Amino acid sequence: MSAHPSVALDKAASAAHADKQHAALSKTMRNQRIQDFIFHKVTLLFAASVLIALVGIIISLAIGAAPAFAEFGPAFISTVEWDPVDDKFGALIAIWGTLATSLIALAVAFPISFGIALFLTEICPVWLRRPMGTAVELLAGVPSIIYGMWGLFVFAPLFADHVQPLLKSTIGQLPVIGQLFQGPTMGIGILTAGLILAVMIIPFISSVMRDVFEIVPTVLKESAYGLGCTKWEVVRKVVLPYTRNGVVGGVMLGLGRALGETMAVTFVIGNAHELSWSLFSAGNSISSTLANEFAEAASPLHVSSLFALALILFAITFVVLSAAKLMLAGMSRKEGTK
Amino acid sequence: MTLAMATPTAAPSAKTKTIEIAGLNFFYGKTQSLKNVSLDIHDKQVTAFIGPSGCGKSTLLRTLNRMYDLYPGQRAEGQINYRGRNILEPGVDVNALRAKIGMVFQKPTPFPMSIYDNIAFGVRLYENLSKGEMDERVEWALKKAALWEEAKDKLNKSGLSLSGGQQQRLCIARGVAVKPDVLLLDEPTSALDPISTAKIEELISELKQDYTITIVTHNMQQAARCSDYTAYMYLGELVEFGETDQLFMNPARKETQDYITGRFG
Amino acid sequence: MNTTNPVYRKRLLAHRIGIVLSVGAMAIGLAMLAWILWTLLANGFGALSLNMFTGDTPAPGSEGGGLRNAIFGSLMMVGLSTLVSTPIGILAGIYLAEYGETNRFGQITRFVTDIMLSAPSIVIGLFVYALYVANVKHFSGYAGTIALSLIAIPVVVRTTDNMLRLVPNSLLEAAFALGAPRWKVAMLVRLRAVKAGVITGVLLALARISGETAPLLFTALNNQFFSSDMNAPMANLPVVIYQFAMSPYDDWRSLAWGGALLVTFTVLFLNILSRTVFTQKTPR
Repeated sequence: MSAHPSVALDKAASAAHADKQHAALSKTMRNQRIQDFIFHKVTLLFAASVLIALVGIIISLAIGAAPAFAEFGPAFISTVEWDPVDDKFGALIAIWGTLATSLIALAVAFPISFGIALFLTEICPVWLRRPMGTAVELLAGVPSIIYGMWGLFVFAPLFADHVQPLLKSTIGQLPVIGQLFQGPTMGIGILTAGLILAVMIIPFISSVMRDVFEIVPTVLKESAYGLGCTKWEVVRKVVLPYTRNGVVGGVMLGLGRALGETMAVTFVIGNAHELSWSLFSAGNSISSTLANEFAEAASPLHVSSLFALALILFAITFVVLSAAKLMLAGMSRKEGTK
Repeated sequence: MTLAMATPTAAPSAKTKTIEIAGLNFFYGKTQSLKNVSLDIHDKQVTAFIGPSGCGKSTLLRTLNRMYDLYPGQRAEGQINYRGRNILEPGVDVNALRAKIGMVFQKPTPFPMSIYDNIAFGVRLYENLSKGEMDERVEWALKKAALWEEAKDKLNKSGLSLSGGQQQRLCIARGVAVKPDVLLLDEPTSALDPISTAKIEELISELKQDYTITIVTHNMQQAARCSDYTAYMYLGELVEFGETDQLFMNPARKETQDYITGRFG
Repeated sequence: MNTTNPVYRKRLLAHRIGIVLSVGAMAIGLAMLAWILWTLLANGFGALSLNMFTGDTPAPGSEGGGLRNAIFGSLMMVGLSTLVSTPIGILAGIYLAEYGETNRFGQITRFVTDIMLSAPSIVIGLFVYALYVANVKHFSGYAGTIALSLIAIPVVVRTTDNMLRLVPNSLLEAAFALGAPRWKVAMLVRLRAVKAGVITGVLLALARISGETAPLLFTALNNQFFSSDMNAPMANLPVVIYQFAMSPYDDWRSLAWGGALLVTFTVLFLNILSRTVFTQKTPR
């Protein structure tokens, strides 16, 4: 094959051009690999920050609480005494306050949330669903301190004047449970705190319930309707059993929120370090104790006891929220998203 | 290591082979969905993969640009030689490969940006063009995809503002804008109305003057109309491969005949 | 339809009671919202005046004054906190959606994020106190910002992650098919496709931290005077409201209601804004 000079030149030119292209491409490839590597590491770091924060919280609380536990031992959890003057502390009052208010909140909020979720998914006309749903979720947006103010200045006086005497004279007269509804009708106290908390957690529980109710396959409901079931029966016999895990999960989520609520409770719980069977009495929750006393705690043991309370609260909340997640994970599997 | 991108120094004969597939096996986890597939994709010709649902034609197409790499658990074994180099080898730079082997999908997928940016996106990845050069490239690509007249006044509008058929042509424009070697089309008209479908089939016969095209289609008539070579696949195996006219008029295998005549499939 | 059938009548009655109770529950919910909003307007409207925005928090017992320093402090801390938590939250969310769908680390991080979403905010304040305030030995606006960020980040991470996972694979494949590197597909295509949803997440985080009091109690504390020094105790609306509401002074209480009105309606406005203006069309 004769190598014509111009063909040779062409060959050389195109070979050089190809080499230049090749080099540019290699450079771009290398840059891309580096960019992808950096991107992966940076996003990984930020994702890890949430984990680091959690671990940090647990560690710092544990360190802060160590002296108190060293001094009082595990009995700290069951001791009633909370005496800053004598430097003697026990968590039972605060734990009782936290649990009692949260459980009251749950007992009141559950049926109402269920009713709201039912209304929004089955009864409400479609065009009204969005605004009504948004209205309920606005309840979740109201800051907790506002709930506290409303609770203390508006709700409590009305409660003291009209509802508490009524409760006292009716349920309060029954044996055993009557004890819960005796005592001074001050308007503030454990029961009031529980009721305010109930209003606060209603939007959370009803939102989760709404979501799980909407997962129920329409064909399932239609087969029940086809048999002549009333709407109420369809809900009771088809929707609820199908969404059982989700409903429990939603309830636990509400519980988790109620346990940690601070400002609303602090306003209306009465801030008294006493333990009493009466729900009308003033008390203290872990979060209200922290809010009231941390700023002025003088002795190291006092501060450490407060950290111990915080650790206990965090532990309880962590367990409840984890349980909620597990229950709701069960629902997603049913939906097929997992 | 990168793909050798040497410009051929002799004009290629019309029937050179751009891609040679040899003994290809593909696995989704433990399930084998391609069994010992071997065929050739010829330069500047349209090759169609046909067959009933689940026969593996899309899977085969997606091995050609290593799209399956995105999903752990999917793997390919065998040889796919693109311009003399086996692209299944570990050292191959997948991004560079995809810059040379482009793909258009079944569902039109305009990016959430303006029509102009949609087309410029791919170009900007590998080329440093000035604004003027980019404008030219965008216009060129849109003309190639027969979308220029309809889009030239709304280049700044979102890609999502186009109709379905226009969106698909936008995706084609996007694919040709980077001047690839090969275009892979995965059922490009199955989500479109008959008129858009006809427009795109017209496009394909024009595009093949510049690009090697491989198309997956469940529409036999489309394959018969548009392609030069056809591969009939069934249950992960290549049943028959040959020139389209030959395959449709005088299929060598009975299974092919059954499928084409609609006796099954 | 035979409605005299006693079995059916009983069922029908149960159904009707159930429906009435359900409607009643909804009515209670709406009534609570209306009651609270009404209370705020009734008590706080009177305090709304130009003074509230121009005067600083008054000393105990003195007359007049406003909330200027508190408003300013809140804006500073909430603003800085949003600036910090938005990129961190979005990038973390990107990690979870891009790389963390199936790996262990991603699953654990998602789990932890959800826990942190509902964790007691006072504990977070305590954490920042122990880690930072106790070591530098003074309260500061920066400490408050850190605490607020720790509350906002999980919200942004969660929404970003959820939204990014809605983007269909076909769109991502189309970008990869052009030879785009992973980070460009994530940032220029995936994130852009759900831009509105991600902004909603940021707005919701913003609304959430605007109303938080407990985390600021032991970090930013409060400041009676106007100060723009973030490295010193900083006045802020929630803590001021807390202090003033519990006080015996009428003027203070009135200001507290005014502040409460301001905070609540800002938060509700942000909530409604995120749900209406920034509605995300689910990517097809």
